[in-house]
Amino acid sequence: MTDRHAGARVLDVSTLAPGGFGYRSLMWWGTLGLVLIESTMFALVIGTYFYLRTRNSYWPPQNIAPPDLRWGTLNLVVMLASGVPNELAKKAAGRIDLRRVRLWLVVCLLFGVAFNTIRALEFTTLNVTFSNDAYGSIVWLLLGLHTTHIATDVVDTGVLTALMFIGPVEEQRFVDVEENAVYWYFVVLTWLPIYGVIYWAPRIIS
Amino acid sequence: MNSERELPPVLVDEAQLERTWADEPGLAGWLTSVDHKSIGIRYIATAFVFFLGGGVLALLMRIQLARPDNAFLGPDLYNQIFSTHGSNMMFLFAVPILQGLGIYFVPLMVGARAIAFPRLVAYSYWLYLAGGIFLWVSFLVNVGPDVGWFAYAPLSETLYTASKRPDVWAQMITFTEVASLAVAVSIVTTAFKMRAPGMSLNRMPIFVWAQVVTSFMVMFAMPAVMMASTALILDRLVNTHFFDVERGGDALLWQHLFWFFGHPEVYIIFIPGTGLVSTLVTTFSRRPMFGYLAVVLSLVATAFIGFGLWVHHMFATGLPQLGESFFTAASIMIAIPTGAQFFCWIATMWSGRLSFKTPFVWMLGFFVVFLIGGLSGVMVAAVPLDIQVHDTYFVVAHLHYVLIGGAVFPLFAAFYYWFPKITGRMLSEPLGMASFGLFFAGFNVVFFPMHVLGLHGMPRRIYTYLPETGWGSLNLLATAGVVLMTFGVLVFIADALRAWRAGVIAADNPWEAGTLEWATSSPPPNSNFVHLPTVAGRDPIWDNPPDQPVVVGLRSDKRDVLVTHVLDAEPDHRTIFPEPSQWPLLTALATTALFIGSIFTPRAVPYGAVPLFVTMTGWFWPKEAGETGTQQWPIEHRTLPRPNEEPGKAA
Repeated sequence: MTDRHAGARVLDVSTLAPGGFGYRSLMWWGTLGLVLIESTMFALVIGTYFYLRTRNSYWPPQNIAPPDLRWGTLNLVVMLASGVPNELAKKAAGRIDLRRVRLWLVVCLLFGVAFNTIRALEFTTLNVTFSNDAYGSIVWLLLGLHTTHIATDVVDTGVLTALMFIGPVEEQRFVDVEENAVYWYFVVLTWLPIYGVIYWAPRIIS
Repeated sequence: MNSERELPPVLVDEAQLERTWADEPGLAGWLTSVDHKSIGIRYIATAFVFFLGGGVLALLMRIQLARPDNAFLGPDLYNQIFSTHGSNMMFLFAVPILQGLGIYFVPLMVGARAIAFPRLVAYSYWLYLAGGIFLWVSFLVNVGPDVGWFAYAPLSETLYTASKRPDVWAQMITFTEVASLAVAVSIVTTAFKMRAPGMSLNRMPIFVWAQVVTSFMVMFAMPAVMMASTALILDRLVNTHFFDVERGGDALLWQHLFWFFGHPEVYIIFIPGTGLVSTLVTTFSRRPMFGYLAVVLSLVATAFIGFGLWVHHMFATGLPQLGESFFTAASIMIAIPTGAQFFCWIATMWSGRLSFKTPFVWMLGFFVVFLIGGLSGVMVAAVPLDIQVHDTYFVVAHLHYVLIGGAVFPLFAAFYYWFPKITGRMLSEPLGMASFGLFFAGFNVVFFPMHVLGLHGMPRRIYTYLPETGWGSLNLLATAGVVLMTFGVLVFIADALRAWRAGVIAADNPWEAGTLEWATSSPPPNSNFVHLPTVAGRDPIWDNPPDQPVVVGLRSDKRDVLVTHVLDAEPDHRTIFPEPSQWPLLTALATTALFIGSIFTPRAVPYGAVPLFVTMTGWFWPKEAGETGTQQWPIEHRTLPRPNEEPGKAA
């Protein structure tokens, strides 16, 4: 011992783990921040939808049918079903089970491709274009905003999946997989209210 | 955890630690830095340059208005100048400079080695810079925004403004808000998860609280203006009809969305200012803050109430009276938490031993100026008075008293206070007093007469007026005041440039303050603290006993960072932070191309997404095996703890 710290008391953190899962990790908090921001955005767009409703006598405007239920409802089913492989990927990540992480991430991706494809069909059956009137504009904005989320989330997940196959795989990557699953839930679950607004609001409060 | 084991001869290899946390050398190092200190300085310096630019625009306006029937500026240029002035001061100066202070000081004040998500913070700076350059270059080539800093529809719609000027405004918003949101997330995470052991939430410095509260406001307010400006661009570019009354849209929708952001924006600017005031009051009263809890709760209450006021900007739009009454009540109510803070500051100073140094004197300027602005605010919160003075110079006077009082005076106080920490040199006391005297006198000469002009009926945003109105002499007086303000700022700049090179060397803690940024050298080392501190009170330097432990056991060969628990800041785990990286800059360039391109064609979005994807993947992709510091595959057992496990138990 030298004089520099003779008698110094120390708090030794060298035995602490080099990371942590769930709300221990910084990235979990970063993801939470992102979720707060995006939720606010969705809430504002939904608020705008109902605000515009109050500015119009007819909703949807006369001679415009509400969006067809078929593809949107199918997508609701597909997205909710994607929660199953998502949860399994999350569980596998918590157990550091690389084989199952890979498997369920790939299944998630297949679901992702499926609901993005169905989304394209949804746009063709809205029965209105964005440049027709304010109703069309807000419906397209709402669906477009959610589409941005499902598209980027699938791309993110694709990159992460590639990493889990190509490597270098490290324990921290399993934390990343878990957090990716949390965000996946957010993106998928926001479809519940948005689906309700786009497909059912014009039928219920027309 | 206090270990009794035998210590190695040296607690940490200082030289290695410094190398580990250093930027790369040269220009490449500057472009790839992820050090919150250099990024914070860049934010502050860049925002200050924009402040000077906005000041020049203000000077031009004052010259134009100095006498009636003046032909110095034409109406078209005048419109661009006042719109650019407002947009610049709000989006490129006030918010970024306060966030810049947060980027620099929050990690130091909580005793951390770095800011959370350092590459995201670097990215946010480049994006902010690009947005700022975009606005100013557009202005210089005669495409500056000319529809006010609020860009009200329908004026900003294509039917009334066919040029690209509103698009420039709208996309500048996107640039700055994305940057601001990124910083907000980083600051909250840093304050919640990276505090020094012992700094429980109820010991967190008030400035950090103010930054946290502001960051949450940013997260809830900025999406509104991003959504509004996106809808505006869509209306202008692809013929949607959000604000088009003929096709079922609504012009007032714009005002609702804009002010749902715009009013909280005032508090996003003001709350960090009050955080600075609390910091300075504590230091220069030589005693802990009186009513810490009341002050923190006031900040939080201000943030909540701040979201319930936006309609008071719309009293003149003919909304239902019940709504107007509600928003009047809310607007008056927000004076309560601000008043509580004022009383706590007064009590702290009353019972302290005051030290009248330059930072403190600038802060006293805040008291006077902001108080006047707050009182005229209570006046315009009342519907009858508001309708009388709406869109007059009374409101111009009010908003400048609030914003310059609430943010610029505390900012100058902060410059004088923290300059020694950032540069290692002291600013001159006499020149600081002179700068304050000129700026304070000049400010009041410029803006106080505007109250009177407003009551005499002079409207805002007019480029000239007739001699018969009788507004000439007060306008001339206001213009004369600008000269004083300008000299005040020039004295500060001259002194700062002098001190940067040749100022008196600053001690580590020249003001004998109590918070942790003063517990390290001036300027701080690359790693912020050679030995990470632990904390035994709200003002650690004052409160810590002499044998307060320091943290040992972090690696010095990697950017090893300590992560602690949210509430009580117990050590939880360590994590390796990223090295300098070119990807934030490249990603920001890709984002810039997408944003600017999308003003001209919607196809810029899908095409622009490709380079964005490439750069973001480059950002995320590991640079080398082992960079996370965790076990590499194959892994036998999990070592990282799950939420319900003891920290470090699995190691």
